[in-house]
Amino acid sequence: MMIFKLAWRNIWRNRRRTLITAASILFAVLFASFMEALQKGAWNNMISNVVNFYFGYVQIHEDGYWEEQSLEKSFQLKDSMLLLPEQFPAIKAVIPRIESFALASTGEQTMGTLVVGIDPDAENQMTGLQERLTTGNYIEAQDQSVLIAEGVAENLKLGIGDTLLLISQGYHGVNAAGKYPVAGIVSFASPELNKQLVYLPLAEAQWFYGAEGMITSLALKLDNQGDIAPLMAALPAHIDTSRYEVMDWKQMMPDLLEAKALDSAGNVVVYFILYMIIGFGILGTILMMTKERMYEFGILTAIGMKRALLSISVWLEILLLAMLGSLAGILVSMPIVWYFKVNPIRFGGDYASTLEKFGFEPIFPAEFDVTIFLMQAMIVLILTAILALYPIWKIYRLKAVEAMRD
Amino acid sequence: MSVITTKGVTKTYNPEKIPVHALNGVDLEIKEGEFTAIVGPSGSGKTTLLNIIGGLDRPSNGSVQINQTDIATLSDNQLIDFRKENIGFVFQAYNLIPVLTAKENVEFVMLLQGKSKAERDSRVNALMKAVGLETKINKRPSELSGGQQQRVAVARALAPKPRFILADEPTANLDSHSTANLLDLMLELNQKENVTFIFSTHDQRVIDRARRVITLVDGKIETDEVRA
Ligand SMILES: Nc1ncnc2c1ncn2[C@@H]1O[C@H](COP(=O)(O)OP(=O)(O)O)[C@@H](O)[C@H]1O
Ligand SMILES: [Mg+2]
Repeated sequence: MMIFKLAWRNIWRNRRRTLITAASILFAVLFASFMEALQKGAWNNMISNVVNFYFGYVQIHEDGYWEEQSLEKSFQLKDSMLLLPEQFPAIKAVIPRIESFALASTGEQTMGTLVVGIDPDAENQMTGLQERLTTGNYIEAQDQSVLIAEGVAENLKLGIGDTLLLISQGYHGVNAAGKYPVAGIVSFASPELNKQLVYLPLAEAQWFYGAEGMITSLALKLDNQGDIAPLMAALPAHIDTSRYEVMDWKQMMPDLLEAKALDSAGNVVVYFILYMIIGFGILGTILMMTKERMYEFGILTAIGMKRALLSISVWLEILLLAMLGSLAGILVSMPIVWYFKVNPIRFGGDYASTLEKFGFEPIFPAEFDVTIFLMQAMIVLILTAILALYPIWKIYRLKAVEAMRD
Repeated sequence: MSVITTKGVTKTYNPEKIPVHALNGVDLEIKEGEFTAIVGPSGSGKTTLLNIIGGLDRPSNGSVQINQTDIATLSDNQLIDFRKENIGFVFQAYNLIPVLTAKENVEFVMLLQGKSKAERDSRVNALMKAVGLETKINKRPSELSGGQQQRVAVARALAPKPRFILADEPTANLDSHSTANLLDLMLELNQKENVTFIFSTHDQRVIDRARRVITLVDGKIETDEVRA
């Protein structure tokens, strides 16, 4: 208690120096937290776009499908799978798909496309596909027409009502061919999706691929990312994992995760420089403080204070100072980050269209994640705890007599 | 009973470079209840001697016994504890911890000793009264005059009930009035409570009040005179 009192009062001994040091820590925590929050937010936004607009957080396939991505690894959709949402409240819907590549042609022009058979209602529930319609009508389960992406329409110069010829190899190598009128055109931000997607109603697609009743994937719609882990743990008890593979988005898109990690790694350099600067500031304070206090340290050891206790007291003092700065930094960061979560930064102009070309939505909502602030505070505390070893080193080398001779 | 015994104590600073022989064989015995002044011109070795008998510095040669303990046998850590239990210090100036109040400064060593709050409170109150500063208990050192600070330092030195108190030129920074006051206080404590005081000075008015006067010249005891 006495140690704590001593440490706390010593902080306020040089009020101005304390405030300047705390303010520099505050700034570092604020800057780093804000940067991290924006970056995390941008990535999460992108991931949630990719996940929500197409993949879903979790998918079930025939074992080995993801590796091969082939119709030969399709499976019979069982009623029991359609009932999953009743067993697991976290699953809001199941979205069956059968997908493979096909050549799309108008007679004059031909291109490769990804032809996906969907349950139009279920698909719309998860990906909001209907809202992506730019012209024409959405498809219905029993229709024999297609929905094509903007890029495909442009390439093949197709409009509503025009006929599209699809040619592919179906299940077990059967010939697959079909002629479908274009019911609607959909637009995606991602150029990747935009230049190759063709949607068919599920039943029609199964017929086209010669795969009656079969699908290649069953996506699970979840509302909360937090539900993924428990679900991934619970599902194997209900699904024969020797026949099926259950994958979450991280397993399906390791590239995306890698890119995110790489981007975060870039930050490390910025943090390193930032905390170098802050570290030197703190070190300056510590050096001055130590120099001023040597006489007093001499008195304290002379009258019977052990070096260990004195060291703890001084160490605590410096750590308290750092905590003060970090705490202030967190308190200032929180409302700012919150503001930019609620009012995301939205880019316009050329930059926005560049981002859109690469499949990014040009908005940067900040991520409000307490661990971001705590992490920065931790970095400051660890850094300070290390720098605070300097006075301890001095205390252990101190000779009372010399310290008090001025 | 003797509280301090030194035999053949020498101290040489900078033995390698330019040696300074601060003490050249000091044999000394201090008994309980003494009120002893160590006098001598500047540079004669007073501070060096007090540091050595206070266990703040180690002699180059010779032995120092305090309460029958040869302090050469104590490790650095043991020596700190030994000082805490046995020796009270009053330095020339800036004795007190600036961020603590007078009361907290006096209490400090008792806290280190792990004394109970009740015991600390009663002793601190008694001591602050004894040094005539019961009304300044909650003042910080910066709010006290130099003389008052030295009185608090005396109270702090007394708090852990040490065997003796060492004071290196305790009045050097005080005016005549405060000097007289501090001496009165020390003498009173010495007479009423039998506190052993050893102090250095080169102030004649202080020397006149001492009951034993040891004169150092060039690191040697030149005279050792006990007064009636
Ligand atoms: N740490 C030291 N290093 C070198 N010389 C010292 C040191 N401390 C004291 N001295 C020298 O030792 C001699 C005695 O000093 P000191 O004990 O301080 O005398 P006094 O207290 O009587 O003035 C002086 O010549 C002084 O310069
Ligand atoms: Mg001296």
